[in-house]
Amino acid sequence: MLVVVCIKQVPDTTQVQIDPVTNTLVREGIPFIVNPYDAHALEEALRLKDQFGFRVAALSMGPPNAEATLKKALALGVDEAILLSDRVFGGADTLATSRVLSEAIAKLNQREQVGIVICGKQTIDGDTAQVGPGIATRLGYTQLTLVDHIEKLDPFQERITVRRKLEGRHEIVEAPLPVLLTVVREVNRPRYPTVPMRLESEEAVVQIWSNQELQLDQNGIGLKGSPTWVSRIFSPQREKGEIVGDGAVDPAGAAHLLVDRLLSRDLLVV
Amino acid sequence: MAPNPKLFAFLLALSASTFVIGCYRRFSLVALGRPEYRLDALGTRFSRMLRLAFGQERVLGKPFGANHFIIFWSFIILAVANAEFLVGGLLPQASLTALPEPLQHALLFLFDLVSLLALAGVLFAFARRLFFPEPSLSSDYVKARSPEAFLILSLIAVLMLAYFGMHAARIALGSEDPSALPVSALIAANLVAPLAITPSALAAWSWWLHALALLSFFAYLPQSKHMHILTAIPNCFLSDLERPNTQPREEFKRGMRFGVGRIDDFTWKDLFDSFSCTECGRCQETCPAAGTGKSLNPRSIIHAIKTNLLANGAALRTGDPPSLPLIEAGEAKSGEGSSGEAAIWACTTCGACMSVCPVLIEHMPKIVKMRRHLVQMKASFPEELTTFFENIEARYNPWGIAPTERTKWHGTLQVKAFEEGKTEYLLYVGCAGAFDARQKQVTVALATILDAAGVSWGTLGKVERCCGDSLRRLGNEYVFERTARDNVNLLVERGVKKIVTQCPHCFSTLKNDYRQYGLELEVVHHSELIAALIAAGKLDLKQRVADLGRLLFHDSCYLGRHNEVYAAPRQVLTAATGASPVEFARNGERSFCCGAGGGRMWQEEQEGERINLNRVREALRQEPDTICVSCPYCLTMMEDGLKDLQGGSVKVKDLAEVVAEGLRA
Ligand SMILES: Cc1cc2nc3c(=O)[nH]c(=O)nc-3n(C[C@H](O)[C@H](O)[C@H](O)COP(=O)(O)OP(=O)(O)OC[C@H]3O[C@@H](n4cnc5c(N)ncnc54)[C@H](O)[C@@H]3O)c2cc1C
Ligand code: SF4
Ligand code: SF4
Repeated sequence: MLVVVCIKQVPDTTQVQIDPVTNTLVREGIPFIVNPYDAHALEEALRLKDQFGFRVAALSMGPPNAEATLKKALALGVDEAILLSDRVFGGADTLATSRVLSEAIAKLNQREQVGIVICGKQTIDGDTAQVGPGIATRLGYTQLTLVDHIEKLDPFQERITVRRKLEGRHEIVEAPLPVLLTVVREVNRPRYPTVPMRLESEEAVVQIWSNQELQLDQNGIGLKGSPTWVSRIFSPQREKGEIVGDGAVDPAGAAHLLVDRLLSRDLLVV
Repeated sequence: MAPNPKLFAFLLALSASTFVIGCYRRFSLVALGRPEYRLDALGTRFSRMLRLAFGQERVLGKPFGANHFIIFWSFIILAVANAEFLVGGLLPQASLTALPEPLQHALLFLFDLVSLLALAGVLFAFARRLFFPEPSLSSDYVKARSPEAFLILSLIAVLMLAYFGMHAARIALGSEDPSALPVSALIAANLVAPLAITPSALAAWSWWLHALALLSFFAYLPQSKHMHILTAIPNCFLSDLERPNTQPREEFKRGMRFGVGRIDDFTWKDLFDSFSCTECGRCQETCPAAGTGKSLNPRSIIHAIKTNLLANGAALRTGDPPSLPLIEAGEAKSGEGSSGEAAIWACTTCGACMSVCPVLIEHMPKIVKMRRHLVQMKASFPEELTTFFENIEARYNPWGIAPTERTKWHGTLQVKAFEEGKTEYLLYVGCAGAFDARQKQVTVALATILDAAGVSWGTLGKVERCCGDSLRRLGNEYVFERTARDNVNLLVERGVKKIVTQCPHCFSTLKNDYRQYGLELEVVHHSELIAALIAAGKLDLKQRVADLGRLLFHDSCYLGRHNEVYAAPRQVLTAATGASPVEFARNGERSFCCGAGGGRMWQEEQEGERINLNRVREALRQEPDTICVSCPYCLTMMEDGLKDLQGGSVKVKDLAEVVAEGLRA
């Protein structure tokens, strides 16, 4: 059985700033990282590999420099890594993105049966949380979102039981394979790559698939295939913060001041 | 029963072969280690050996050291007497009598007195172990090994008594001149008669007793901790000439094993060290981890290496993998021949153990090598470190704060960028100096001082990155290697020639570790630069700083022990306050770690007493108003410790803050 994990390379948003004049993201010199949720998706896929011996393929759609992200996945132990990169994929919204990803998964499925696809809950740049469900819908897989624990997996009966983390409660759900999971951070603690794995991955090759390989109708992908687009990005005006007291010198005094201030504004209930 | 050359030859052959086989068994195991070159700078090595091995410099550092000094030198002197004895046993004609009379007389006189000293030394050692053992001698570790110690001491005592018996008998028989042997003569005059034994019988019995004691001693030597009699002197000669402030680089090629995960990953010198340990316990006594109840005991680390090597030697020689693990996986405690992971992570790399070991054993590099294995081959380390490693890799600082925030400490200060040819000093701010709320105040104080003294300085601004100290001490050598290369390239590219740091860890890493990457710069710690500025009259300390009260100075391990900067901070404080700072009971080279070095800063400390509390308690005994430090880690640890112990109004200040206060006054 093949487990597919979808990973997106995102700019390190803690370092992204918005240009106040043009209202666009200043992306220059900003390092890219693996979308944090996808690091958990990857770890969960690797745990299934360790436990059941499944093969794992990592999939990412993005520009050529996203190869670095997939190299990291290789360093951690995925068996193959595929970068979906083509100019015609560019400018995709969640619909077009999930279309390309699901077509790639379908292509992998022709070679080896895909049982589980794992995505992150959402990305830290697009933040829509739509791509996972989009892929499941297109492939006709059962979708189990917000998974924080895989309770049980029976590869022979082809059934999976997971726990979903919902607001204020958990839900245990059982479903038949193939299945698409989106995972939350609580699902695991990502592993740290060993040096032999890092050195191996330096040599390992990331396969690059363009539309040559997928042969998708250009009207359904990329900018052309995207019915939505971002018209403007802006930071909402925020009230300027204030430092209350001097916590470094007099923490107790600062805490008192802070409590007084909060009480005076009815922000604390006693 | 006269000396019987044939019987003696047989026994000698038996003892010698046991000795040789024992030595061979061990020394051939040393050859299983990885190569390492230790024969450079022969002159330095020779003088170090004279000072430490023959001069017993570190042995004498403890109250009972003088006793060992006496036994050691007695052994060396009596080696001549014993050589004569062995030769004489085989060839009764050969003896010192062949020498000119005055020389023979002098030698006998010397041997006689030295034997008495040695006997006294041995009896003293007996008494010490039995009646007033120090804490390190009353541990379970030592108790288990006491029979061996008593056996060896008894053998030496018997040897000396037999020596006197032999010579007393000869004096009684009139074959030796009593004036050459005052002690033996005294025994001859007072004891031979009451013993109701004929002098010739006494001569024969003592001779055989002496022979048996001597031969048993040799046969037993390689099996025991007294192997150090053979290895200690060469071990001092072969010791690392660098101070323990760097670790060797590692080569990263595919297919290799990284760090030390099994006994033959150590170098031959690491293995030789384990056979040189005298089990004296000095390292254990001074180790902050062992002293606060952690599972780490540097002596046990060394002992485990020896035991492991002996246990796995046979397998390794035939090319099989070792069966006894060197590192106990997971939660398991250290066992016989293995060290537990918790012990390996407890080390603060303070270097105290290495600074007291009389035979110059290198504990800390071995611990770091095992960490390298755990991090790089197993990815097995305390959970908290995952975040630390990832933060450094992604954002180049331990907290994972955006690099764009690195210049936030500037506040309203005008901070210039370093410019080649224009700026003299690069102020390497360091992660704590740039991000830690409290240490940022120290950075500002330092900037004020540099400006006041008219020093030309600048920074790298937002592109400065972590120096990698913790990475390296934590065994993440692969990421350290990349960090060091990037940083060295940046420093060279920017044309930096002189660096000042406020952090002893940045200081030591830039100064010592980066040398391995070809960077030879003038790196100074702020205490050194400020001391020089004061000496040159560039800093006008308008008024004596008095409101900080009684000032107690804490030595940082990486400034003091690792780089021997002891005087500069004290000079600075004396100049600023008009009085020398108050000292801890453990100060200077004997200073006690704050608990944060070696990457301990980024780990929880659950086992035993917290190290910083131990140090703060010691501080409070001196009743200070201010504890003065020279390191961001020490600052954090002392402040945290004071909070926990309700240290009242006691403040913690970096020495730069003390000086800045003086400028303001
Ligand atoms: C700066 C910026 C500009 C944008 N401009 C446009 C635009 O002009 N027009 C437009 O239509 N849309 C635009 N988008 C939206 C963009 O198309 C979405 O980011 C993308 O479709 C993925 O959606 P998401 O990031 O919300 O992913 P989510 O749905 O939040 O992601 C959920 C999971 O799906 C998987 N996943 C998501 N994307 C990928 C991928 N590329 N490869 C592999 N796995 C993936 C991951 O496992 C992820 O955790 C822009 C986004 C950003 C941040
Ligand atoms: S370096 Fe310090 S903490 Fe580590 S073993 Fe030696 S004395 Fe103990
Ligand atoms: S390692 Fe050195 S200090 Fe420690 S017990 Fe052995 S000889 Fe003594």
